[in-house]
Amino acid sequence: MAEKKSLGKEFSKGLLAENPTLRLVLGTCPTLATTTSVTSALGMGLAASVVLVCSNIVISALRKVIPDKVRIPAYVVVIASFVTIVQMLVKAFAPELDEQLGVYLPLIVVNCIILGRAEAFASKNPVLASAVDGLGMGVGFTAALFLMGAVREILGAGSFAGISIPVLSGNPMLIFILPPGGFFVYGILMATANRIAESRGKPRAELRGCEACPMASSCKLNKRETESEGASVESKEAAN
Amino acid sequence: MAKKLTVSPSPHVRSSETTTGIMLDVIISLVPALIMSVVYFGLRALALSATTIGSAVLAEYISRKVMKRNGTLGDLSAVVTGLILALNLPSTLPLWMGAVGSVIAIVVVKQMFGGIGQNFVNPAMTARIILMVSFPTAMAKWVAPFSVRWSVADAVTTATPMASLASAKGGDLSLAEGLPSLAQMLIGNHGGSMGEVCSLALLAGALYLLLRRVISPAIPFSFIGTVAVCMVIAGKGNPEFVAYQLLGGGLLLGAFFMATDYTTSPLNLKGRIVFGIGCGLITSVIRLFGSLPEGVSFSIILMNILVPHIERLTTAKPFGFVKEKKEKEAAKV
Repeated sequence: MAEKKSLGKEFSKGLLAENPTLRLVLGTCPTLATTTSVTSALGMGLAASVVLVCSNIVISALRKVIPDKVRIPAYVVVIASFVTIVQMLVKAFAPELDEQLGVYLPLIVVNCIILGRAEAFASKNPVLASAVDGLGMGVGFTAALFLMGAVREILGAGSFAGISIPVLSGNPMLIFILPPGGFFVYGILMATANRIAESRGKPRAELRGCEACPMASSCKLNKRETESEGASVESKEAAN
Repeated sequence: MAKKLTVSPSPHVRSSETTTGIMLDVIISLVPALIMSVVYFGLRALALSATTIGSAVLAEYISRKVMKRNGTLGDLSAVVTGLILALNLPSTLPLWMGAVGSVIAIVVVKQMFGGIGQNFVNPAMTARIILMVSFPTAMAKWVAPFSVRWSVADAVTTATPMASLASAKGGDLSLAEGLPSLAQMLIGNHGGSMGEVCSLALLAGALYLLLRRVISPAIPFSFIGTVAVCMVIAGKGNPEFVAYQLLGGGLLLGAFFMATDYTTSPLNLKGRIVFGIGCGLITSVIRLFGSLPEGVSFSIILMNILVPHIERLTTAKPFGFVKEKKEKEAAKV
């Protein structure tokens, strides 16, 4: 089903309709932790995007070789190798960024956006489509992080990418670069994304079970659950 | 005959109490504290209060307009929020920061959750905490009474009694430097937030609210009582230490005027006592062991969040109610 979509659609769905952080609520931890400044937010977004595109390509290429039962460990091995490469590159060429991101850079290994795309998309789609999907999701993730980082740095530190802004830098509202402010900005951005998506006829991203999830149509878990539920209902009926 | 009989659905007995009336009572009860703050901290205190009240009312008006809901300015709740916020701020705070606080209280805490009666934490308290976290230096700039008229620059900065008390380990008051006398604590001649300094004015306002039955005594008394018990233990029974702890900081202001907020406190007596004890415990722990000298605002916010759970545990049992036995269900299956 997913293969029928055009490549353009595979790319654009990651921007808003299935934006990983704002609509699927994935990768929340790096989103909150690394958006205290524009630079670290952009760095995090780009690093995760690179890993996402590369791992999507490799996992998609290997999708017929990887046995279904051990697929998660196999994905993690692939993702971990790319994260190691990215980490070494960042350490070599941008040591300041490496310091800013700290533990969150190696933690990309367990970033659920990357694992989620591998499981939901790359494992059952051809290489080109998977690469485009990874790119779209990566751009969506980076854009969301950039927005959050910009709002938090401008209001919380009175600067943009390290350059101080005249009026705001005098008395910045520190709370915006602290965790509570992060949650607040995240919530407001999520609500805005919901509003925009709603005005385009997409369902709201709310906790209403698997059906409301923007990924419902392509999610294996959803199908399994409904199947098993159906089976249990039947067995109950039979027992009665 | 038909004219004399009015047929109407229940309720048949109505109270003349209205939201506006209650809010007006709260405003009246806070006027003495406001007057004393102007006496001690000059016209600047009045200007800051006017700013927070004005911006609270404006924020309420605009946010109701934007959300296309009925205007609720008439219930005076925005005025009360602005006034309580002002009384919780240092008189030297830049006016625009006070306005930011009002906007946070009304727009973020109150209207985003549905307006009056829907907020899950006290708006003024939350705004104070957000300001405290956002502008730590400006929010901790205490000046001595009578030292400031308008210009902040030449004001004499001073420590609050709470900051001095923090160094009185084990109730030994000789360790606390610059502590005012107990009589000064009562009339409020010491540094602190605008409204919290004059204990007598606050007590007068609290008495008015209690007599008018706007607030019930359960929360303030269990709150203050718990703090007293904790301080007796911490101060090894030194009565002076306990008196300073009860009169100092925002305890009276918080216990009588903010912990009793209808929306964010439990409904029945048992719940209110649990709520008050919880506030008292958290306040005492922060005052005795925390890095901040004062913990009233944090204790009220934390207990506000727990209110739904307190309500669930302390719901009154309906008359004649028997708990359903689990055996029945087991027998069915």
